[in-house]
Amino acid sequence: MGFQLFSMSKFSYHHPATIPQAQGLRINGSSLYLSLRKKKYQESCGCRRASKTVAFYGLTTPPYELDSLEPHMSRRTLEVHWGKHHRAYVDNLNKQLADSSLYGLTLEELVKVTYNNGNPLPEFNNAAQVWNHNFFWESMQPDGGHMPQDGLLQQIEKDFGSFLNFRENFVGAAMSLFGSGWVWLVLKREEKKLAVVRSSNAVNPLVRGDIPIIALDVWEHSYYLDTRNDRGKYVNTFMDHLVSWHTATARLARAEAFVNLGEPKIPVA
Amino acid sequence: MAICALVSRKAMRSVLRSGGTVTVGSGLNQIRTLQTFSLPDLQYDYGALEPAISGEIMKIHHQKHHQTYITNYNKSLEQLDEAIRKGDSAKVVGLQSAIKFNGGGHINHSIFWRNLAPTSEGGGEPPKGGLGWAIDTDIGSFESLIQKMSSEGAALQGSGWVWLALDKESKKVGVETTPNQDPLVTKGLHLVPLLGIDVWEHAYYLQYKNVRPDYLKNIWNVINWKYANDVYERETA
Repeated sequence: MGFQLFSMSKFSYHHPATIPQAQGLRINGSSLYLSLRKKKYQESCGCRRASKTVAFYGLTTPPYELDSLEPHMSRRTLEVHWGKHHRAYVDNLNKQLADSSLYGLTLEELVKVTYNNGNPLPEFNNAAQVWNHNFFWESMQPDGGHMPQDGLLQQIEKDFGSFLNFRENFVGAAMSLFGSGWVWLVLKREEKKLAVVRSSNAVNPLVRGDIPIIALDVWEHSYYLDTRNDRGKYVNTFMDHLVSWHTATARLARAEAFVNLGEPKIPVA
Repeated sequence: MAICALVSRKAMRSVLRSGGTVTVGSGLNQIRTLQTFSLPDLQYDYGALEPAISGEIMKIHHQKHHQTYITNYNKSLEQLDEAIRKGDSAKVVGLQSAIKFNGGGHINHSIFWRNLAPTSEGGGEPPKGGLGWAIDTDIGSFESLIQKMSSEGAALQGSGWVWLALDKESKKVGVETTPNQDPLVTKGLHLVPLLGIDVWEHAYYLQYKNVRPDYLKNIWNVINWKYANDVYERETA
């Protein structure tokens, strides 16, 4: 019957699959083809089974061991933050999707669709938080911090004046965010420049069409076990020891495929 | 500013329990006192609400979080006062969100500490009197109120509060939620908070981690219904 592709990579964010077989990768565009073929097969052999296809997303693992960010972010924090919070968002999202017609979307597309232009559907909160946390783990690395290099540094200096200005801006945004939310370094599509933005709860820059480069979770659960109410210590630790400028560079390089940053003499990496 | 130097905020604060005053304004025609605030004491020990809420949480919640709201609220009020005096409208409006957040934090937490009591001192005892009747009439039953508040608290996205509110106009009680530190009045000027439950993560994280529903199940054991009833009877008198 048709063809089936196997791809359950641990590191793919989005692998919607059918339940109960839970196999097969649907590539955008061919999803319609596969479902039609399945229907035709069922009709032709008279073996119509009652089956419902639903989207299903997996929990991605951080690209490092849970204790490798010590002593800056404890293993315990990662065990709870990833193992409980992030996992709960994934499980709850899948539960919600079991009853919905949202199917065949990448996680990023799901976030944008469920945001619904500011009138979010019930799935938005979980979908966005799954995406945000995927992005967050990859925004950090063991032995992170230090300074960005080359093209990324040049772009930061161009758009913020200096790296220190940017850092002050970022830390200030994190400290003045009321309640739960996220702080981002984004590449703004319209203005074609880097900027620091904040968002509340689960909202992220994708819904505004911007391209995120770095994310910092400032929900209390991100730092409470390590620094209690001291958000400042957490944010500074992130900047000094955790943020992955390598990832940021790669993301900026990819972003340049979508946003023309003008002068070609800026090397990216 | 000689008068400023004579009346130092610290000296005043040690005298007045509820807060302090700062004399602001220069010249003879603009002497005005600005009321600032200080951390109210709890009426029980930090560990007295265990096992529902741990002593560690209570200590940090009171001494760090609430204190920070008060400090920043006072700061914003002083800045606001100066901006008003100078007629700096942009600054006046710009300060509103900080005042709402920090002032709200102070208001809400002051109510919250009164809403809690050790079980040995009546915490968890269902309300008798006017409030008990009102709950049965307006919500159906005490159990359904608990269930409603717990489920709304658990469903609240991010940070906020869940309230048992009295509508002063209709004299009815109901359940409301507010985001972040928004005080209950932001949902209606005639709403009076009888009970507020803090569902910010800092209120339960060290003990319950991400399992907010467990916190909301256990906190009912230390809720001070007597205080809520007193407020209810006072406001409906």
